[in-house]
Amino acid sequence: MAKDLLYYLIFPGFLFTALVGAIFSWIDRKVTAWVQFRKGPPFLQPFYDFFKLLLVKETILPARGSKMTFLFAPLLGLTGAALASMLILLPAIGTKPGFNGDIIVIFYILTIPSLTYIIGALAAGNPLASVGASREMKLIISYELTFLLILAAIIMKAGMTITIHEILAVQTDEGAFIGSISGILLFIAFVFCIQAKLGLVPFDMAEAETEINHGSFIEYSGQAYALIRLTRYMMLFILPAFLCTVLLGGLRTDGIHLLWTVLKTLGILLVLTLIRNTNPRVRIDQAMRFFFIWMNLLVIAAIILDYFNL
Amino acid sequence: MGFKDYCFRKSLWVFHFGGASCNNCDIEILDCLTPRYDIERFGMVLVGSIRHADVLLVNGSINQKDKIRLLELYSQAPKPILVVAIGACGCTGGIFAEGNTFAGPVDKIIPVDAYVPGCPPKPEAIIGGIVRLIEKTKKATRDEAT
Ligand code: SF4
Repeated sequence: MAKDLLYYLIFPGFLFTALVGAIFSWIDRKVTAWVQFRKGPPFLQPFYDFFKLLLVKETILPARGSKMTFLFAPLLGLTGAALASMLILLPAIGTKPGFNGDIIVIFYILTIPSLTYIIGALAAGNPLASVGASREMKLIISYELTFLLILAAIIMKAGMTITIHEILAVQTDEGAFIGSISGILLFIAFVFCIQAKLGLVPFDMAEAETEINHGSFIEYSGQAYALIRLTRYMMLFILPAFLCTVLLGGLRTDGIHLLWTVLKTLGILLVLTLIRNTNPRVRIDQAMRFFFIWMNLLVIAAIILDYFNL
Repeated sequence: MGFKDYCFRKSLWVFHFGGASCNNCDIEILDCLTPRYDIERFGMVLVGSIRHADVLLVNGSINQKDKIRLLELYSQAPKPILVVAIGACGCTGGIFAEGNTFAGPVDKIIPVDAYVPGCPPKPEAIIGGIVRLIEKTKKATRDEAT
């Protein structure tokens, strides 16, 4: 029991993910700055931002909205992110095998942060937040089917096992799934799903600073916003780690493999950052069409290819 | 100097309020974000919602209608909030000071922490003004401590 709590709160759950996520967020901002020929923020910037919001700023509650829901939504999102990190990382680094069917549970838990953004935005009683929430909802509807299909394809590849631990075992035996044509197609679709899940450009219409002023988060300030930032840092690490686990052969931490693990996750982060810096924001209907038609077709093609063992 | 103030100083998020400006100061403020000046080096980012802001940049002359909105923005901002008046218009009224709709300057409406004069001030001057502002908050916390 105490050990489980330790897993949840410190390693590899809340604290570890938050630290690594903050560093990832710095890398993201720094690479963005390089792409734009700027210098970029100092290394500890994400920590300064977080502690400033948490310790210094006042938290303003909406006058015309549900105050309790408004405050509890970020907390729930943070809990969800910590839970997802624990469930993904424990089997991924091989500390403890998960339970049967954990990949399905992870699929649901990974939607919790996005759902809490919607709940919080709707509780804020701000019209722009409502616009952001409705866009976020449409985005979830569009990418979630693709995401589920990707997981289905991975489960098929692993010989119908729904445990991360066994999926990893299959990959250790037969090489990582990305080493086939279907694997590469799945990787591409997965990267776009991550992009949408994290709300990065080109799928940041729920936040759209220049258009609806941070959309879903417009009313958040102080501690509540600090928690949202933390959730976003954590998701920035968890999702690439999940991709690594299911397609790139896991996150092994012994010896030289540790270096590979770090390089793999950083590589995915770099891809995400470059996509976000070289694309404009698309409209919500374009995003829906992109996922519903093109990404789903891509994944179905991967499934068919996989059927022929390609 | 506490940890809290240190974090605050290292991460000032800026919200830009343009009054009835001639639009020149707005452009100079945007210049601060360009690769050449890049204020993100100091952890400053331009935010779109006043709820996230730590610094309220006010430029342009404030007329009767802006005054209502400026007051509203100031009351909506989470405290502590710092206010910087940019440009001759923001500091004194500049060439608009004699106008019959003029309701400013900014420090008559809300408390101002730093002034950056110039018509328009150069980006260097704006960054200089913000550095002064940071020094001022340092000094204020030192005085509080003693
Ligand atoms: S100070 Fe000068 S440049 Fe700035 S808004 Fe006023 S008139 Fe325009």
